[in-house]
Amino acid sequence: MPLSSADFSAIWLTLKLASLTTVILLVIGTPIALWLSRTRSWWRGPIGAVVALPLVLPPTVIGFYLLLTMGPHGYVGQFTQWLGLGTLTFSFAGLVIGSVIYSMPFVVQPLQNAFSAIGTRPLEVAATLRANPWDTFFTVILPLARPGFITASILGFAHTVGEFGVVLMIGGNIPDKTRVVSVQIYDHVEAMEYAQAHWLAGAMVVFAFVVLLALYSGRKTRMGWS
Amino acid sequence: MIQVRLHRKYPDFALDVDLHLPGRGVTALYGHSGSGKTTCLRCIAGLERAEHGFIQVNDEVWQDSRNGLFVPPHKRALGYVFQEASLFPHLSVQANLEFGLKRIPRSARRVDMDQATQLLGIGHLLERNPGHLSGGERQRIGIARALLTSPKLLLMDEPLAALDSQRKGEILPYLERLHDELDIPLLYVSHAQDEVARLADHIVLLSDGKALASGPIGETLARLDLPLARGDDAGVVIHGTVSAYDAAYQLLTLQLPDSTLHMRVAHAPLVPGRALRVKVQARDVSLSLQAQEHSSILNRLPVTVTEQIPADNSAHVLVRLDAGGTPLLARITRYSRDQLQLHPGQTLWAQIKAVAVLA
Amino acid sequence: MKIHAPRLAVLVAALAFGSAQADEVQVAVAANFTAPIQAIAADFEKDTGHTLVASYGATGQFYTQIKNGAPFEVFLSADDTTAQKLENEGDTLKGSRFTYAVGTLALWSAKDGYVDAKGEVLKENQFKHLSIANPKAAPYGLAATQVLAKQGLTEQVKHKLVEGQNITQAYQFVSTGNAELGFVALSQIYKDGKVTHGSAWIVPASLHDPIKQDAVILKKGKDSAAAKALVDYLKGPKAATVIKSYGYEL
Repeated sequence: MPLSSADFSAIWLTLKLASLTTVILLVIGTPIALWLSRTRSWWRGPIGAVVALPLVLPPTVIGFYLLLTMGPHGYVGQFTQWLGLGTLTFSFAGLVIGSVIYSMPFVVQPLQNAFSAIGTRPLEVAATLRANPWDTFFTVILPLARPGFITASILGFAHTVGEFGVVLMIGGNIPDKTRVVSVQIYDHVEAMEYAQAHWLAGAMVVFAFVVLLALYSGRKTRMGWS
Repeated sequence: MIQVRLHRKYPDFALDVDLHLPGRGVTALYGHSGSGKTTCLRCIAGLERAEHGFIQVNDEVWQDSRNGLFVPPHKRALGYVFQEASLFPHLSVQANLEFGLKRIPRSARRVDMDQATQLLGIGHLLERNPGHLSGGERQRIGIARALLTSPKLLLMDEPLAALDSQRKGEILPYLERLHDELDIPLLYVSHAQDEVARLADHIVLLSDGKALASGPIGETLARLDLPLARGDDAGVVIHGTVSAYDAAYQLLTLQLPDSTLHMRVAHAPLVPGRALRVKVQARDVSLSLQAQEHSSILNRLPVTVTEQIPADNSAHVLVRLDAGGTPLLARITRYSRDQLQLHPGQTLWAQIKAVAVLA
Repeated sequence: MKIHAPRLAVLVAALAFGSAQADEVQVAVAANFTAPIQAIAADFEKDTGHTLVASYGATGQFYTQIKNGAPFEVFLSADDTTAQKLENEGDTLKGSRFTYAVGTLALWSAKDGYVDAKGEVLKENQFKHLSIANPKAAPYGLAATQVLAKQGLTEQVKHKLVEGQNITQAYQFVSTGNAELGFVALSQIYKDGKVTHGSAWIVPASLHDPIKQDAVILKKGKDSAAAKALVDYLKGPKAATVIKSYGYEL
């Protein structure tokens, strides 16, 4: 077997991280995207920009600030210590937080586009048919935005799998906790274990290709609003 | 009784109306685009919120801004038909119809699926996908979907405006059936006078966010002080009673309200005693000082001139007449007026071709 | 046309000298040697007129980059094996390899008084995170694991180890307080013969294999006067003083 057990545990950890991150992002990204797509508030610009920041910032910047804020002297760190949780750096929970921030725009933006495309009319129709806002959300918005949710999930998952800089900055390279595939590959390369690096890196290339293939060929024309 | 008092300000427009409307029948909100009729309807539905407003539909108050009451749209027992049918594309026709129905407690349902599909002739479309329907079919489904919520008030926002005249003709009879068979008050927004004349019992004339007039259709259309009368398709609506039918010539005799006067109309058979509304366009009414016995014009009514004004065309004048208590409008040339020396109080004959009467 | 040979010679010499003067040397520097090379560079540039362009990073990473055509002329490795490997593989100027410094390992905390002078804090095991450099890639990381093994602490701290990808990151984890303490290069916390801040135990050299840091002139630098000048300078007394002041042995 070309992959070691350490490689497999890195793969498992990566899948776990990406899945959890995607689920959390769908849960918190949906209201944010919904708000961004509906509001006329002055805050729309600033909040939208903050959400999009990870698109342009180098991961090291995010990692650096996370290292400082989640550390024992940072606001987040002091809060988590006050809660009795200790600090979140070098922990799986910390990686999840980092990934959620890092992959946020990849989930929020497709959702926001999907919600904007729905417009307000279906919501008004639902209201006049006695559906309350929650009801409308589940029976109208969710089904109509389904392509957006699929795109958001795929992108959020894939982007988290591809995360490296943030993990490197706050992870501490701990097996089964913070040593994800991208870091494992980096380790192999640094340790001159090129064969193992090749196997993992090649698997990543295949994974990324399959994901993008699914995304591009699965992108059917959406049913028009009649 | 429907009471609607709304005040809503926009940067370049203000809606300011205080309406008392009948609690049954069809009320048309009529006006040009930009007159505020759709805004008014949306405020009544609660889709928009007037800063100051009071809305009461029969025994239910939906908004009372003085007491901070604003019932959200999904808690108002109303049905709303949008200009575009706005069917849910992710649901079949059947599921679209059931969307509202499912959310009405069984005990509160007064319209059932069979009744709604039959009334609008859509029984054969239930399994279809909304994407594969004609505009007319979609709109009928939109109407049925609204009806199935058993509303206490039905609101329609130019439901025919997006359709061509053929599709319009296809839907109008269904709307008339609604009017005849269901006891649900309907507020109908339109800028097409022919639709209004055909459907409405009551009309509110809106202009620039204000109500210029509000009253029964027959009286209001005949008012010369309103812009309505000046238009090319101006006319009056008469609510008559069928008194006889000549099957050989397919002519129906209609008795004018509270009067012994009759009109004859080319029409399909109807049993005597039935109510029928007809529209008589001002341009189809001619005037004569004597009764013209030898003429192809079947209807000759003795009338009194009550008022006259210049029309939009300076060669024309509009004359308001009284036919045994029923108002009529006649559009004639200024030349004819001078020839006949028309003046208020004058009695003469109004002539109306039977084929020109719209039923 | 006649050529005035003497004049031509002057011209050639001037050109050669001029270009030598303006020479630049590209150096790959092991992260732990960042501070000393910066101090040395200033003097070196003043004394020789050459310009030193340094890149800092992990030794393993530099190896990969050099093998793949990176434009470095001199490589200051954090260990002796990588430099030797490059030499065996024919990527260096034969005979140019030498030990420019012997690293000293320190157990350090950013908090004053946290680390005692004998490193007993390790055995007391009250900390949550112990930062080290990646032992597979960084010699200081390897040395740190040797120290832990020698003291029989490997199992005890196994779950508390956090790894930086290089010694700089190991230092960063400690300096930001995310790890209470960690094994760093003494050079990172040492200046003019004393620890600059926090508390540290300077680990005795007997607890681990010597961290011999070798330098080589790479093939790309084999004809560079500046590269040769730098190597000579590093071997000279002025550089030695600076290197020692950062806690290295020679």
